Amino acid sequence: MTARGLVSIAGAYEHPRRVIPDRSVPQIHAEVALGAIADAGLSLSDVDAYFCDSTAGFGPVSMVEYLGLHPRYIDSTETGGSSYLVHVAHAAAAIEAGRCDIALVTMAGLARTRGEAPIAKPTGSPESAFETLWGMLPVTAYALAAQRHMFEFGTTSAQLAEVKVAASLHAQHNPLAFLPQPVTVEEVLASPVISSPLHRLDCCVITDGGGAVVVVRPEVARDLDRRTVTILGRAEAVKHTNNGRINLTSTGAATTGPLAFEEAGVQPEDVDYASIYDSFTITVIETIEDLGFCEKGTGGRFVLDGALVAPHGRLPFNTDGGGLCNNHPSNRGGMTKIIEAVRQLRGEAHAAVQVPDCEIALAHGTGGSIGTRMGSATLILGREDA
Amino acid sequence: MTESLLPAPAPEQNPETEGFWRATAEGRLLLPRCDNCGVAIWYPRQLCPDCGSTSVAWTEASGLGSIYSFSVVHRSAGSYQSVVPYVVAYVELPEGPRVLTNIVGCDPDRVYIGQAVRLVFSDTGHLSALYRFEPVEEE
Repeated sequence: MTARGLVSIAGAYEHPRRVIPDRSVPQIHAEVALGAIADAGLSLSDVDAYFCDSTAGFGPVSMVEYLGLHPRYIDSTETGGSSYLVHVAHAAAAIEAGRCDIALVTMAGLARTRGEAPIAKPTGSPESAFETLWGMLPVTAYALAAQRHMFEFGTTSAQLAEVKVAASLHAQHNPLAFLPQPVTVEEVLASPVISSPLHRLDCCVITDGGGAVVVVRPEVARDLDRRTVTILGRAEAVKHTNNGRINLTSTGAATTGPLAFEEAGVQPEDVDYASIYDSFTITVIETIEDLGFCEKGTGGRFVLDGALVAPHGRLPFNTDGGGLCNNHPSNRGGMTKIIEAVRQLRGEAHAAVQVPDCEIALAHGTGGSIGTRMGSATLILGREDA
Repeated sequence: MTESLLPAPAPEQNPETEGFWRATAEGRLLLPRCDNCGVAIWYPRQLCPDCGSTSVAWTEASGLGSIYSFSVVHRSAGSYQSVVPYVVAYVELPEGPRVLTNIVGCDPDRVYIGQAVRLVFSDTGHLSALYRFEPVEEE
């Protein structure tokens, strides 16, 4: 037990579908909200805090009304795909501060049905005019990072491909995965180059969907039948271009990792399972370096020999198949990262990929782009009885 | 080979950046420089993110640079869909900043990190131009 008491994740729910043309976005929010609340053994009327991103309507106001909530605490911090890890961290802080007891975090979107986000468009952000006119796709920004990582450290396309291979080996056990077929390194390298050096199979899937989690104070968790997951450490950061000095080979995880580990009182070697944001294969390579699972520059070598493959690799990751193969709802992979970490700590991952005696899990989110600027967040989670 | 065949969409401008874009139409790349700490500022803004000063003056870039990283885009969208393959890059200027841009006027497959490049402009047709770079010819 930490001195502050342990706030828990008591409910988690991933929408089962990956293509949902027959639902509105608020409907998907509602479905995942009800799913997570039921998973916790609570009811919607118990919720007294609500968190969502900026795409759910008029901040949290729209969804609070839609769901019929009456929260005394709200937050719609927007850091892209990592938002939901930040929301969990902020929910924990609010609960510790006595502001609320039961916090609901939802996310939903229809990226696949709506065909969103093929190319950067002017957004009105101050950097927008200086980055969106040169034909840079989201994948291109990550490709710039991959190219530089290869130049500085000798990382290879075959090493990047190992990340996809590991995710696909996990996805074959997930009947809901968007890409359930295992792939080989050779197949990744033979897929079309989208933005060099990244191939099509270096990219995550584009899916509709969503997910939700319920965060509760210890007194609430004690009375629930369901096994809960304790929040041991959390950290958030914005890593940006630092006045034109962009460093393409590190991410915000270099800041959030050490802070979260320090708060949790554990080390990288204590982590039994890791949900690592996997928008692209290079995202995983840089993130595992920054989180301290290996030295900077050695991520490509680290993932060789099945290091990421559950249950027995050195760092079993993304056992649901991750964003690379299972689900990347609304182009935002953070919520599913939390949910699979919860499954692992409850012993409810698929039997083929369940990490034995999983006590400590890490979930990391990277919103925005490692090729420009990002909002990063790390959660370190513990098994209820650990 | 200074003429780029890539699209040249017009930038959104505002009071903070209109001086920058007006200069591009005249074939000049301006960098804001902090009057207090002297650093070159990128992206252009009327605040020095290094020291917090709002005393900022435009200075003209040398127009030289070297490639910090690049990607050859083979599948694209919008107005860029029909011009693949093309090169997106970060070019490091001798003044300091690493600037997102295109490398033009060369075979995309011959671009490399560390390559010396120089500034060219693509007219947007709206009193502004996009700054791009082409390889400096090796003698």
